[in-house]
Amino acid sequence: MTQSTMSHNKPAKEQAPVYSRAERKARNANTRGRFGLVLYVVLLLLPIYWLINMSFKTNTEILSGLSFFPADFTLENYAKIFSDSTWYMGYVNSIFYVSMNMVISLLVALPAAYAFSRYKFIGDKHMFFWLLSNRMAPPAVFLLPFFQLYSSVGLFDTHIAVALAHCIFTVPLAVWILEGFMSGVPREIDETAYIDGYTFPKFFVRIFIPLIRSGIGVTAFFCFMFSWVELLLARTLTSVEAKPIAAIMTRTVSASGMDWGLLAAAGVLTILPGMLVIYFVRNHVAKGFALGRV
Amino acid sequence: MQTKVENNKAWFLVMPVFLIVAFSAIIPLMTVVNYSVQDIFDPYTRYFVGTEWFKQVMLDSRLHEALLRQFIYSFTILIIEVPLGICVALMMPTKGRGASLALILVAIPLLIPWNVVGTIWQIFGRADIGLFGAFMNGLGLDYNYSSNPTDAWLTVVLMDVWHWTPLIALLCYSGLRAIPEVYYQAARIDQASRWAVFRYIQLPKLANVLVIGMLLRFMDSFMIYTEPFVLTGGGPGSSTTFLSQSLVQQAIGQFDLGPAAAFSLVYFLIILLVCWVFYTTIMNMQKDK
Repeated sequence: MTQSTMSHNKPAKEQAPVYSRAERKARNANTRGRFGLVLYVVLLLLPIYWLINMSFKTNTEILSGLSFFPADFTLENYAKIFSDSTWYMGYVNSIFYVSMNMVISLLVALPAAYAFSRYKFIGDKHMFFWLLSNRMAPPAVFLLPFFQLYSSVGLFDTHIAVALAHCIFTVPLAVWILEGFMSGVPREIDETAYIDGYTFPKFFVRIFIPLIRSGIGVTAFFCFMFSWVELLLARTLTSVEAKPIAAIMTRTVSASGMDWGLLAAAGVLTILPGMLVIYFVRNHVAKGFALGRV
Repeated sequence: MQTKVENNKAWFLVMPVFLIVAFSAIIPLMTVVNYSVQDIFDPYTRYFVGTEWFKQVMLDSRLHEALLRQFIYSFTILIIEVPLGICVALMMPTKGRGASLALILVAIPLLIPWNVVGTIWQIFGRADIGLFGAFMNGLGLDYNYSSNPTDAWLTVVLMDVWHWTPLIALLCYSGLRAIPEVYYQAARIDQASRWAVFRYIQLPKLANVLVIGMLLRFMDSFMIYTEPFVLTGGGPGSSTTFLSQSLVQQAIGQFDLGPAAAFSLVYFLIILLVCWVFYTTIMNMQKDK
């Protein structure tokens, strides 16, 4: 019955038997594609699922055997994190220096990206390459000098120290992405605005920035991402006051063995902010991943 | 392509970036250069030793091994991640709710702090409490990443594939989205096979983003530190000790500042060289378009 109504409603498909084989092939390929994607996503999420699963278990249950669902469901691990200030301050510290880094990166990268996308100047190519080369510098190389530099200027164990240190790779990235987005804006807009009597700062803030809104959002996302996931520098430059959550997690190793449940709960909580942020930029993130260059 | 206006005042716009990056890049780099030519006993007793550390580093067999391991590792993950990433990108839906959902789900591993990635796999791979370890043992394999070098190596590669394939996939996905629908229509009219569509329409369009993706992946895998550190600590033995790891061991662990600094510079130069090759390729490709 439904079959007949459907064919009645969509006669066009029935009347085009020439394409039917190709169409069937395409549909088969599509189904296979869907299946493959679902399989991939399931495999991708399995380790994360395992972590979440574990965070709701007690340690005795974790060590007593494998199970896909916590038999003895507990929120104790999370309660421990939210009731101990040395734990939850780690999240606050991380979010604090990541936000600072995001703001600094965007503020300095916006004008620079504009310069790279619009003007030719002495040494522009070398400058751009030099910036990128910093993105490529292994943090391990700079570990010790960073520690000494920030200690000597009295910034050790402050949020701004980590934010500045992370600028070494977020700023080049921000310039690179923003330059890509800005090059997509026709130059005639700039010229028209100047003819209309706009000064540069006014034009930049009133007209240009709204035009590349999505680019700025994506750039902020990338700054967040790379600053959030980085641990080596953040851990080296802090001791107590600005210690990131990632470093605090090492405390779960103690004389009595690993506190696996607590470790899992802390891990789960570090994934959440990223998911929240990517939700906001989901429509532009694909373009951002290509550094605005598609 | 529009020509750019020549204007040296643009330097004023670049200045803030220059200053902020120079503060965190040039001063530490100079410190490293300084260390690399001195023998330092304590802050007040130091001797100029010239190129001695560089000679020592160049002849250090442990570092040669680490470098070799590093290259094998970087190429292995590129060989796995690039084709897999392309496949995933081709399978991702292009519009509707499903597209956003797939995008978010695929991107999740990229947003997890690197040490947590290590932790996840540390748990997941253990035979007693982890699904993967238990599964491998269930297959009858004697899998144990903390005592068997092959298993450790396998786990580190698997972790990296899990962690970073999404980056390639998302890059390719954005590249695919930029292909106009008319190309596909033309292909349908010509009754082009699925493979022909991929080979002659999709792959050429992906070339640009793939180079960026390979550049990023090569660089990041070349300086990988946190994930193997958490997972295996460089062991068993030194089977998963990569360059960054041996550098940190030397600089912080043994406090051999001179050799570590010389090592840093050599390491940095290798990366810079490869980076320059990639960068020139990208720039030339954009010129051709």
